[in-house]
Amino acid sequence: MNFSGLYTLFYKEILRFAKVALQTVLAPVVTALLYLLVFSHVLEEHVEVYDNISYTAFLIPGLMMMSIIQNAFANSSSSLIQSKITGNIIFVLLTPLSYLEFYLAFLFASIVRALVVGIGIFLVAMGFVELPVHNALYLFLFAFLSSAVLGSIGIIAGIWSERFDHLAGFQNFIIMPLSFLSGVFYSIHSLPPFWQLLSKFNPFFYMIDGFRYGFFGVSDINPLYSLAVVFVAWTLLAVLTLNMLRVGYKLRN
Amino acid sequence: MLPAIEIENVHKHFGSLHALKGVSLTIEQGEFFGLLGPNGAGKSTLINILAGLTRMDSGAVTVMGHDVVKDYRQSRYSLGVVPQELVFDPFFSVRELLEIQAGYFGQRKTSGKWIDRLLEGLKLTDKASSNMRSLSGGMKRRVLIAQALVHKPQVVILDEPTAGVDVELRSSLWEFIQMLHQEGHTIVLTTHYLEEAEMLCDRIGIINQGEMIALDSKEALLAKGVGQLRTLRITLANHIEALPDLVKSKLQHASANVLEIRLDRHNDSIVAMMDALRDAGGEVVDIAIEESDLEDVFIELTRQAT
Repeated sequence: MNFSGLYTLFYKEILRFAKVALQTVLAPVVTALLYLLVFSHVLEEHVEVYDNISYTAFLIPGLMMMSIIQNAFANSSSSLIQSKITGNIIFVLLTPLSYLEFYLAFLFASIVRALVVGIGIFLVAMGFVELPVHNALYLFLFAFLSSAVLGSIGIIAGIWSERFDHLAGFQNFIIMPLSFLSGVFYSIHSLPPFWQLLSKFNPFFYMIDGFRYGFFGVSDINPLYSLAVVFVAWTLLAVLTLNMLRVGYKLRN
Repeated sequence: MLPAIEIENVHKHFGSLHALKGVSLTIEQGEFFGLLGPNGAGKSTLINILAGLTRMDSGAVTVMGHDVVKDYRQSRYSLGVVPQELVFDPFFSVRELLEIQAGYFGQRKTSGKWIDRLLEGLKLTDKASSNMRSLSGGMKRRVLIAQALVHKPQVVILDEPTAGVDVELRSSLWEFIQMLHQEGHTIVLTTHYLEEAEMLCDRIGIINQGEMIALDSKEALLAKGVGQLRTLRITLANHIEALPDLVKSKLQHASANVLEIRLDRHNDSIVAMMDALRDAGGEVVDIAIEESDLEDVFIELTRQAT
């Protein structure tokens, strides 16, 4: 294992998003804050999803996880598509890095950016409402594994896409709808039975529901079951991503 | 001694296009090798296979004895590639890029002094902290060379390093590349400037339509076929109606009072041509002799193969 090479690629990816932190960290925090201001102001008095938990408090874990999901995807996918289109990916492909090292470096950089954004939103949200932490381990596991799932999807999308609009299609037609329709703003128990059933086919729902359990100790689904779903999703995506990298799909002719 | 590069019967298809048709080539350590060929001949495909950027369909390729597929880590440690396109990562400064590139090869902590030497050798010291976006094309080209050398590879491939580069920079790049060669690096150069290959390379391979159509020392290539020919340009003071048969048989081009005659370096006599013209009533006022160069050999060989 070329640990030094792996660390260098990871460090480069961290440095890449840190150099444009205004866009990669601060902007998603501000966006989440705007959602929080608008939805909590409009719905705070009218909606109570769980007993004794204000709507604003309910909303925050959902917004955190939505941002984690979107930023984990954005980090790996945008880095890869930019490198492919500008051609500088050659400098990574010429090195003795293995496909596993390549995957791990991009994956962990995505996880770091997603967690930084998530923590940023948490810190800002603390100014609005005090959030309980029921189980910190669950919080970490769901944040970590969800970032890993989306970081992997981002790598797949970055490799598969040949133009920026391919990637935008991925983001606008898959990631955004699935993250918005995953229970960020509501509990699926408030939906009609058909939509409840449909929500259970959305892996992002398990990420948000389990993450919310970490704060409040209540959830729509058993958190262990959600954890298993997210873990299996990551495993399957990791196998797919590693296989794409191993054969050099769209990277090595 | 192991060859620096060994390519055995390599085939590559891109869909229905047979891009490489059983190419074989051995480059010894310390050689300065020129790989020439027209656009689309297969040069870049061959280089990409060496660098692991393209997978061959069949055949075997080693760099310093390491198989580029099975032992790719070691082969890539041994190889530095300067790509043809001016590609760069716009997020980083020159020094950051070089440190990162060294880091991929496990040399991030030990590369400081070597990076300083590279920056100095390539006249980039004062640009070390500049972002790549702010550099001129020539400077970007020099950074690409530094990136290829940052892990101290034994074999360096330069894919058209002087394309689009001004005359001054071209000559300073030649000097730097010659210095690398003198320090013991094996150099493989592809170029469209044939005088560059003629001046720098010891041995030359010409690839055309996926096949190696010539592979020899520069001198040997120049000594055979069209390389043996020279052009004699004679300016006459008067016009001769009927050229002597000796001149006519070798005449390549005639305009006004200027005759261009193609002569075999060993079998044809310049004096005999002059005498024949004088006997026919011609008054010679100027002569010029132009020796065949690598460009003539290249054009002749690729024309024959087409």
